[in-house]
Amino acid sequence: MTEAVLQTRGLFKAFGALQATEDVSIELRPGEIHAVIGPNGAGKSTLIGQISGAIVPDAGAVLLGGRDVTALAVPGRAKAGLARTFQISQLAMEDTVLQNALLGALGAAGRPFDMLRPVARRGALRDRAEAALARVGLTDQARMRVAELSHGQRRQLEVAVALTLAPKCFVMDEPMAGLGTEGSARLTGLLDGLRAEAPILLVEHDMDAVFALADRISVLVYGRVIASGTVAEIRADPAVREAYLGDAA
Amino acid sequence: MSREAVFNLVVLAGLVALPLYAHLSDAPFTITLATRAVILSLAAVGLNIALGIGGLVSLGHAVFFGVGGYAMGILAFHAQTYAPLMEWPFVVEGTKSMPVIWLVAVVFSALVALGIGLLSLRTSGVYFIMITLAFGQMFYYFAISWSAYGGEDGMSIYVRNGFPGLNTLVPVQFYGLCLVLLCAALAFNAVLLRSPFGLALNAARQVPDRVRAVGLDPFRLRLLAFVISGAITGLAGALFADLNRFVSPTMFSWQLSGEFIVFIIIGGTARLFGPVAGAVLFVALEHFLGGVSDYWHIWFGLLLLGVVLFGRGGLIGVIAGRGRGHD
Repeated sequence: MTEAVLQTRGLFKAFGALQATEDVSIELRPGEIHAVIGPNGAGKSTLIGQISGAIVPDAGAVLLGGRDVTALAVPGRAKAGLARTFQISQLAMEDTVLQNALLGALGAAGRPFDMLRPVARRGALRDRAEAALARVGLTDQARMRVAELSHGQRRQLEVAVALTLAPKCFVMDEPMAGLGTEGSARLTGLLDGLRAEAPILLVEHDMDAVFALADRISVLVYGRVIASGTVAEIRADPAVREAYLGDAA
Repeated sequence: MSREAVFNLVVLAGLVALPLYAHLSDAPFTITLATRAVILSLAAVGLNIALGIGGLVSLGHAVFFGVGGYAMGILAFHAQTYAPLMEWPFVVEGTKSMPVIWLVAVVFSALVALGIGLLSLRTSGVYFIMITLAFGQMFYYFAISWSAYGGEDGMSIYVRNGFPGLNTLVPVQFYGLCLVLLCAALAFNAVLLRSPFGLALNAARQVPDRVRAVGLDPFRLRLLAFVISGAITGLAGALFADLNRFVSPTMFSWQLSGEFIVFIIIGGTARLFGPVAGAVLFVALEHFLGGVSDYWHIWFGLLLLGVVLFGRGGLIGVIAGRGRGHD
């Protein structure tokens, strides 16, 4: 078996009496999309927080490319190669689409303290930002302000900013949130092509997208992984059907 | 050219042409008034880097203004009394040279900003405002109790400090010097806005989580912005002390910190010329309304209320429409 790009080992996190994460060990292998699904309150956001570094786990470890990154905060993990997208778009609304992509390129280059040269000048930063925008199909909107974009375009930009980091893996928190059928289909196509560059840990509510994209699925209920396997295995798992999928599958 | 650019040019041209007006209308006092406006503009331009771009509402920027003022006061005081500032471990003499004084003012206000920033930037929102205010009061009361340098009474410097090749006692020459420094600060600010640092700092105000997620640390960005901001305001303080030839604890007062914020809000937050428009308007109103009534602050307060309620882009927002600026 090839070594996992991203791995959690026995993560625990409690908020008071609520055990939000209980012994969660999942791994993301090269070239795959690993979906994490679960009902509301299952602890998906808490898990993403622990993986990205925003939440410190009570116990357990997060490994990125075999390296223990549990002690690193969010910026450190981003530098180590973890690119996340947010459930609620985190974009600089007053800035242009290009500027948002440039921010990602700037973070990847790790040199934000240059005060004298224009950030949008032709060069490596600009190329990287524009390549990411072209990849998600936002080239024509580069000069628009984010505030003027449609919701769907903002979701695409979220992915573009993650792309500028040229990460080892993506962690995507409900990228389809709020999208209609058409937008969802477009983003599904985009993510499908992305797995070749870096594997994706995908937390998603949109079951059509999950079943279309995922190589493997882990089901989270009350903070625990109750099942993990291929799409077919998960569909067939009686515990999953009872806890989550209901009659939908 | 955008309407904001035209407005900026008009303001700049007005400041450059002002000595001519003063000369023609035989009103030399206007130059002193304009010098005051230009220096206060510079102080507010400094604050605008922290507040406008970085979103750091510092209610303690008078600290840097005062540090700059006292840097000038202390150096010039020792020069005029011929007593060295210190003799051990090495001798430091006072000086009457503006470039040296400016350098000392900038370095010390930057260091003070670094210290205050390291502590206060761990907080945000109201807590940040309160901590910067608290630092301001600490410096204010320290200055009052520092009897070696005049304590509550402050100290007078009898002759304005010198600049190589200029006679700074001639009002128009000192005015020109201050205006050049203001333009330099504005030019730096304009370059900064387009730079990687400007982009990152601006994003750190809007979406700090995103900035962290791309591997940058908002705290470091804000700290650097705060230090630059403090240094520019400190330089303004040194000039202000030279304008009045007088330094006193009021340079540290929280009312002054508040006025800097008011300049920016009235002119237009995060607008390059916002602080300039606000400070010029303030000094003009202070002069003209102050001549009509001792209670001119009431009318100024009403103006501020109007701007905040109806013209959220400030003066420039009203004139140029909503653009780069934000609420």
